[in-house]
Order: sequence, then structure tokens, then C-alpha cells
Amino acid sequence: MSFLNHLINGISLGSVYAIIALGYTMVYGIAKMLNFAHGDVIMVGAYVCFFASSSFGLPPILGVILAMVVCTVLGVVIERLAYKPLRQATSLAVLITAIGMSYFLQNAAQLLWTSNPKIFPTFFSFGGQTGVSLFDGGLNISYAALVTIIVCIVIMVALTLFTSKTKMGKAMRACSEDKAAAQLMGINVNTTISMTFAIGSCLAAVAGVLLCSAYPTLQPTTGSMPGIKAFTAAVFGGIGSIPGALVGGLLLGIIEILAKAYISTQLSDAIVFAVLIIVLLVKPAGLLGKMIREKV
Amino acid sequence: MKRLNISRNTRSNFATYAMVIIVFLVLQILGQGGMLSSTLKGQLVPICAYVVMALSLNLTVGVLGELSLGHAGFMSVGAFAGTVAAVSLQASIPSAGVRLLVALIVGAACAALAGFLIGIPVLRLNGDYLAIVTLAFGEIIKSIVNNLYIGMDGGGLHARFLNNTMTLGEGGRMILNGPMGIPGITKISTFTAGFLLILVALFIIFNLVNSRSGRAIMAVRDNRIAAESVGISITKYKMMAFVISAALAGAAGALFAQGQTTVIATKFDFNTSILILVFVVLGGLGRMWGSIIAAAALTILPEALRQFSEYRMLVYAIVLILVMLATNNPQIRGFFTRLSKWIKDLLLLRFRAARKLAGETDQKGGGEQ
Repeated sequence: MSFLNHLINGISLGSVYAIIALGYTMVYGIAKMLNFAHGDVIMVGAYVCFFASSSFGLPPILGVILAMVVCTVLGVVIERLAYKPLRQATSLAVLITAIGMSYFLQNAAQLLWTSNPKIFPTFFSFGGQTGVSLFDGGLNISYAALVTIIVCIVIMVALTLFTSKTKMGKAMRACSEDKAAAQLMGINVNTTISMTFAIGSCLAAVAGVLLCSAYPTLQPTTGSMPGIKAFTAAVFGGIGSIPGALVGGLLLGIIEILAKAYISTQLSDAIVFAVLIIVLLVKPAGLLGKMIREKV
Repeated sequence: MKRLNISRNTRSNFATYAMVIIVFLVLQILGQGGMLSSTLKGQLVPICAYVVMALSLNLTVGVLGELSLGHAGFMSVGAFAGTVAAVSLQASIPSAGVRLLVALIVGAACAALAGFLIGIPVLRLNGDYLAIVTLAFGEIIKSIVNNLYIGMDGGGLHARFLNNTMTLGEGGRMILNGPMGIPGITKISTFTAGFLLILVALFIIFNLVNSRSGRAIMAVRDNRIAAESVGISITKYKMMAFVISAALAGAAGALFAQGQTTVIATKFDFNTSILILVFVVLGGLGRMWGSIIAAAALTILPEALRQFSEYRMLVYAIVLILVMLATNNPQIRGFFTRLSKWIKDLLLLRFRAARKLAGETDQKGGGEQ
């Protein structure tokens, strides 16, 4: 029974990673850049939701929507100000700019909201209960975990439909294949890239709220470690691929929780990264990534 | 006068040596005269360590052309190995200088070994995948060192992993204490030692880059397939650059740790790796003097921004973004090139006018003789 408990916790954590990884993978697929500031957008989203519900007394759902709006705007503004001028620059220059942006967000958050940890409120409780208990307490599932898993599934289905059915989704896929050709077909590449950042950041806000519902301490650095792990998850599943982000995120979450439970708490991160290394050695483009053969 | 036929590369290398030596002498003189603030004095050893780190990472990123996001891992290996060596040899080697030298060599050797072991899997990958695997190794090294316990007694060194279950003999003491790190280090690193280490690092890198191996490494960077087709062993040369880079990072780590009172494993995390990468990219890929200046300037900058107190890291971030935009955006860059060309023209005109004037007076002087 305890294994099942750990498995559910792992899937729930993995769902959060998957949602964050989507942001990384979509941006990488289209703009070919590692957006290191993504983890800090998560943190901003969580803070916005926290203040909306604790200071202004808004109901949780409004808080989440507000966080999504703020993060979407933030993501687009970051893209316009910091990344768009560097469209032609080397990927390393864009990487450093993204790191600068990450420092900026973290330090701005520290100035605005101090580094004292905030305790995130429990959103997911029904009738005073925070979870359901099955088999005489043998299996405890928190509502937060359930909601996280459901939200993740909804987002995955919606995003898959979006990229395959809508015009904008098709434009995104076209841009990730070949930007110049997409432009010739009448696709506005800049708008498409902005749209990608908007979707990624909007998802980051959702992920921030879900993450803080499961691990309720909120600090300016809250987003950085989940950010790195979600990035690993994106690479794990094959960066640039949306199903890959789901698979990578879920596997990473499950491995992390199981390693914590059965092997060692201190070494769980090391085990996660070791598995990543092994996977990349066997499949150098990730689990679901496309292998591109270099031609001479 | 016949101009000496020195290649541009060699001249730039000598200029770099000269720059380092002159700055060292100036700082030494200022220090003797008591003109350095105590904060800057305290920063000198870390600056040297970061300069060597930047040089070493520039070898991986600039010369070898592979992005490493876990370079602080090698610094960590060097720092802990070097410090364990220095602390355990405290009794048998009384001279601080010799002990520091031993610490640096042990640190470099251990980091080189780690670099070799990590290089075997890492160097099979390419591009962003290689970067993420180096990040993973950096985190793994951090976790391992964080759970390592090393103690010393009459029977030598003892090590335990995860749980400290060792019972030390008479007069034994713990050196590395897991997450607590190594406390109570005797500070034996000096600015002079740091300066010498920078010179050694420069010497190694310049000689490597200008050698046959160095050219092979750069060929691999510029076109892997073409290099392979002319018979360059990719694995061998990638590994050579990677291991040398790791060894230098290890020496830098040992130097850094001997200048601190305590070292803990979490100091050498992802953020430190990124910090060093920022030095390298801002200084210019493959440009060693750029790395030196960027590392020194960016280590001092947060201190210099003290007057902004809590805003300093925010200002640091903004400066970083603006510099990247200014140096990489084609429009802004074009503006700067035009500006510098304009200034150059202006100076050149003045210079020519002055030379012309000097030439006329010279001729006059010659005529009178």
C-alpha cells in the first residue's frame, strides 16, 4: 500500500514537472533557446496567487486566473524586451540573457516580497478534509495530488488539440520546423514566438500554484530547483516534443519520490540526475526525441 | 627599423601576461602602501580563484566549443580534495607555501581524475545534451560531497558515505563533516600564490592552444566531421581539453578553499557554474584576457555596488542583461562599431597631424646638423 501511496505522490509531482517542462520544451522547439527564467516565472505566479487570496481575499480560482494573466503578460514582456533583440545572436548569448532575467526576477521578488518564506494556503479541501483515505487509511490521496493529476491531463489534451487543430498551433509547428519557410508561407514568426512564450508562462502560473499546494513554502528561490528539474525532464523526454515533456516529467517525479522513499532522501536528486545521464547515453536525443543525423 | 616578425596571437598572449603581471605589481604596491580597502584585500584570493575558473571554463567553452553547466563540480572536487590534503598534512609539512602547493596539486589531480571519468560518458554527446549532462554531474558531485564524511587518526584517513558511523582512534579528528563541510581551515592562500596560479594557467592554456593538439581541438570545434575525416581522433582531443580544464578548475577550487575559513558543498552549486559561465561569455569566447577582466570585474562589481545595498543584485542583473543586449544586438552593435570607428578616425587624424608636425621639425633638425 505504501508503494501505491508513493507512486501517486510521484505521479502528482511528476505532473507538476510535466506542466513546467511544457514551457521549456515549447520555447526550445520554436526559439531554440533554453529559457532559464522559466522557473522564476513559476515563482511569480505562485506569489501572485498567494497575495490574491491572502491579502485581497479573492477566491482561489480567481487567484489562479489572476496569476495566469500576470504570468502571461510577464512572459510576453520578457520575450519582447530581452530575447527578441537577440534573435540573430548566438545561443550562448541568449542563454546568458535568460540567466540575467532569472537573477532579475529572483531579486525583484526578494525586494518586493522579502525572502521570508510564506506559507501557501491550502486550496484543495472539501468539507474540512484535505484528502481521501481508502482501505482503512492504507491509501491516502490528497485532493491537491488529485487536482494536479487531472489538471495535467486536461492541459496535455488541450495542448495536443491546440497544436494539431488550430491555425496558431500549426503555425507553431511550422516555425519549429523551419522559420524561414514558415515566414514565406505568410506566418508571422514574431507573433508565433510571443504566443509560445505566452502559453508557456501561463502554464508556469498553473504549475506554480500546484507546486505550492503540494509543498507550501514560498520563497523567491522556490522556482529555481523545480525549474532545473523540469528542464531535465524536458531533455529526458526529448526536448521539443510535447508528449516527451509529459513522459519525462512523470518519470522524473516518480523516480524522485521512489528514490526518496526507498533509497535515500539526501541522494534523491543525485539518483534523478544519474538516471537522466544513463537515458541520454542510451538515447542521446531523449526518450521521444527525434534523432537528427548530421550530414556531411 | 625592421619590425619583429611576431604573430598577432603571440603578441596578444604576451599582452595578457603583461597585463596580469602589471596589475599584480600595482596591487602589491598599493597593498604595501596601505591603499587597498580591507574588503578588496579579502577579495583578492577569491578573484584569483574565479579568474582561473574562468580561464579553465573558457578552455572548454571557447576552445573546445562545448557548453559546460557543471564546472563548479570540478571546483568542488579540487576544493575538498585539496583541503583534506592540506589539513591532514598540517603536522608533517610545517611550511604553509609547500602545503598550499601540495593542496593545489592534489586538488588538480583529483579534479582531473573526475574530469576523465565524467568525460567518458559526457563527451559522447553533443550540444545542449552535453550541457545538461554536465549540469547533472555538477549536481551529483554536490550531493556526493554533501554526504561524505572523512576523519583522520593515527591509522590514516577514514571515509564514510551517507552516515557518519566511524569511530576515530586516539587524537583523531573529523575533517570533512558531510553537510557541515570543512570548518576551521587555516588560511594559507595568498594573493601571490593566486597570481602565480593565474600565470601557470595562462601558460598551460596558451601553449596548448598554440600546439598541434590545440589546433586539433579547435578543428574539432569548428567542424567535427571534417576534423574526423582528416584523421583527428575526436574523443582523444575532446578528452584532453576537458581533463586539462577540469584540472585547472580543481587547482582553482583548492586555492579558493584555502582562502576561506569554511567550505561547504552547497557553495559549488549550479549558480556558481552559471556565474563562471557568465564571466566567460562576457569576456568573449576563446579570449583569455577577456575572461580575466570579466571575472575580476564581476567579482568586484557586487562589492562596488554596496551603496545600492539591497538593490545591488538587481542592478547586477540589469547590467548583465544590458551588456548582453549591447554586445549582441546587431543594431546596437552597429552603433558601437560606428562610434569606435569614428573615435579611431579622429585619433588617427590627430596622430597623423602630430606625426607630420614632428616629421617637419625632425627634418629641420636634421638639416641644421
